[in-house]
Amino acid sequence: MESTEAKELHDTHHDADGHGADHHHDPGFWRKYIFSTDHKIIGIQYGITSLLFMLFGFFLIATMRWSMAYPGQPMPVVGSLLHIIMGDMTSAVFDPETKELIGYAISNDLYNAFGAMHGTIMVFLAVVPLAFAAFGNYVVPLQIGAVDMAFPRLNMASYHLFLLGGLIMLASFFIPGGPAQAGWTSYSPLATSIQTDGQLYWLIAMVIIITSSLLGAVNFIATIIQLRAPGMTWMRMPFFCWAQFVTAFLLLLAFPPLEVGALLQLMDKVAGTSFYLPTGLAISTMKDISGGGSPLLYQHLFWFLGHPEVYVLILPAMGVVSEIIANNTRKPLWGYKSLVYSTLVLGFLSFIVWAHHMYLTGMGTKISTFFQTTTMIISIPSVIILTCLFISLWGGSIRFNTPMLFALAFLPMFGIGGLTGLPLGFNYSDILLHDTYYVIGHFHYVVAPGTIFGLIAGIYFWYPKMTGRYMNEFWGKVHFWGSFIFMNLTFQPMFAQGMAGMLRRMADGGVGYSIANNPDAVGGLADQFVKLNANITLAAYALGLAQIPFIINLFYSISKGKKVESDNPWHSTTLEWQTPTPPPHGNFTTPPTVTGGPYEYSVPGSSQDYIPQNQKA
Amino acid sequence: MEVPYTVENRPDTGLYNAKVGIWLFLASEVMLFGALFSSYILLRVGALEGHWPTELLNVPIGTVNTMVLILSSVTVVMAWASLKLNDFKKFKMYQLATVICACMFVLIKSYEYRDKLTHHDVVLADGMRVDGHLVEETDEYIILSHPVSYPAVKGIGYRPTAIKEAEHGDDHHHAEDRKIMLADIVKRTTWGPWANTYFAIYFTLTGLHALHVIAGALVIAYYWGPGSKMWKTNPEQFTNRIEVSGLFWHFVDLVWIFLFPILYLL
Repeated sequence: MESTEAKELHDTHHDADGHGADHHHDPGFWRKYIFSTDHKIIGIQYGITSLLFMLFGFFLIATMRWSMAYPGQPMPVVGSLLHIIMGDMTSAVFDPETKELIGYAISNDLYNAFGAMHGTIMVFLAVVPLAFAAFGNYVVPLQIGAVDMAFPRLNMASYHLFLLGGLIMLASFFIPGGPAQAGWTSYSPLATSIQTDGQLYWLIAMVIIITSSLLGAVNFIATIIQLRAPGMTWMRMPFFCWAQFVTAFLLLLAFPPLEVGALLQLMDKVAGTSFYLPTGLAISTMKDISGGGSPLLYQHLFWFLGHPEVYVLILPAMGVVSEIIANNTRKPLWGYKSLVYSTLVLGFLSFIVWAHHMYLTGMGTKISTFFQTTTMIISIPSVIILTCLFISLWGGSIRFNTPMLFALAFLPMFGIGGLTGLPLGFNYSDILLHDTYYVIGHFHYVVAPGTIFGLIAGIYFWYPKMTGRYMNEFWGKVHFWGSFIFMNLTFQPMFAQGMAGMLRRMADGGVGYSIANNPDAVGGLADQFVKLNANITLAAYALGLAQIPFIINLFYSISKGKKVESDNPWHSTTLEWQTPTPPPHGNFTTPPTVTGGPYEYSVPGSSQDYIPQNQKA
Repeated sequence: MEVPYTVENRPDTGLYNAKVGIWLFLASEVMLFGALFSSYILLRVGALEGHWPTELLNVPIGTVNTMVLILSSVTVVMAWASLKLNDFKKFKMYQLATVICACMFVLIKSYEYRDKLTHHDVVLADGMRVDGHLVEETDEYIILSHPVSYPAVKGIGYRPTAIKEAEHGDDHHHAEDRKIMLADIVKRTTWGPWANTYFAIYFTLTGLHALHVIAGALVIAYYWGPGSKMWKTNPEQFTNRIEVSGLFWHFVDLVWIFLFPILYLL
């Protein structure tokens, strides 16, 4: 069985050489790596850029965590560096006795700026591009058996717009007044009234990023509808493609309202309109406005994107995880159709739950009731998906390699993230928990050990296809256990802090509201919860250190990793493993014809435990 | 390597790639303008009495512009149909008409914009509001033509009522120019987006729509001019491109069909 496969693969490689005829001319560095229209190169471009942004977003939060754990104390090394770049936004700290300068601490303004940028960068420039654009670009055309995306040049434009938007966002760190400070949500009138051009940069960058994701979404949907290989019917598509398909629809339809939100805020900023500024607004920096606007309007427009965005973040990771679970349990996914239909329902429902982010805005209890109901309904398809993935493990002979470890960790971690969301979805318990660290803990459990674990699993899983070499298994496991332990140590205490009433967005980590500092006040924050800040900060730094083996592994393995034995090292069924390694421009040596389902593992009576989709049993 | 279905239809979907792409793009455009229309509704419902001055726009001009766009919608279909009938000359003629209509629309729209942006609106120290077209401006005074005055608290939407009241004998409305000393002026603006929320949404909606008109016209003009060389090499794909640009153009027209009543008439 192995020998027949090896023979086939040998043939494949032979074909690959012959196939190279129509692009044997070397396109040169710029056309090959920068202005490439090849979906795989674009996927890798997206991947590298978004991983860099993720690292930068982590640096921002690491700096903020220092301020929360040790408020007002100078930050070693980083404080002085920030002073050089950001100037007055750092606050100088003097020795109380000798009056000597002992370093620079994070000022409240800088904390706000970093907080806003951490959220923006992590969501719009790191996780979504990595989950949707990077994996989607690389894997989807391969999995459906296509030669490329439907619009290769549009694909290139989409990446370049994304990069431009990201650079504009980064540029705002270097302008006087620093970047946007009104949180990643940029609520008006706060965002409009803060006197920094950073908000302007934020808005312009967002409009460009939205345009980029719009082009991407059109491209993905058109590709999946039009370019499926012969025989690749909808119900033979790997679940990952389904997840990307629904994600693309969410991006296509949910992002335009945010574009409108940003556009109207831009008009408020530069054209003197009052879309979000009510009559009688009394802010000293905003005189002579015409009034008549509505701050609630912005929040509706923002969260109309904001909630589908949550599913944009999670669905691709679910797709990755289900591919890896099916492959490493050597079993078909349990309830493939349920997964697909749940994803479609999830996509639809995600458009009618947005105002559960707004229970405390005074929009009215009747509206709250409606959105509370839809929010509870949307938890059903999410639970179905998670349950299907859990049951898929049942009775499998599981291979515990690095991608599988991350995929397995995804399940309970996303479960914690999802279940802690229920008290936030009920409007009466949300009154207590809104804007506390409980919320932070909740959505970080969804995104960090949830989505990001899923995506890291994907990197370990598809790396052999991209490079022809495995990533180091030992360091992969070190990376996994370090990340798993410190991820939990970072986010678990936040639930306790939140339930104790510690609010988010405070540069001093709640010291100002502690019982220690306000002995007479009712409802002050107990000392043990303030002290948790230092623990969380140390855990976050350890989490950062735990990524070092991954970064080294990622680059080292390109040239030094263990070589793959065949084009299909994981013995997978899906089509991306039926290409040469790495796949050439145009992907397949012979156009594939699909004859079977996506997860034909351990088929009774078959000679091997997997049947690739383009091979008959 | 060749991406399939760029020219011919995929059998099971019955569509070529670009047609799927443009329909998806239009879906997102529907969400874009849908969000703006929703904003319009929310702002209008929340507006105070007299602060939604629909009556200030020039309906006849708006009607002409609507006709111009509808006409262009017809010609763009005729252009595509001519290509299908293999009549390249007629295509050239109809598509030229489309581009001319687009230019006319933008010209008429910019005349309307200029009309509003030169309309001054001042609040005087005595609590009255005077608006009119700027005729002359010096360091000491401004002169407004066709001035109308009414109490400032009533909002600029009160203007038509003020004119009617003037016709019934009250002395609000002056046919002759009015000279106003700068020293008497508390606040001075023009009827731009900053004037009030109605003008804000008016300029935003029509501005965004005008950008779409310009973008569509540029594409159509390109395929009328230099891009039409493709007719000789690949007529089918060229016809597809005209169809796709035509679909976008219809969408742009359709948006205006909604914009015209909600901004001018209702």
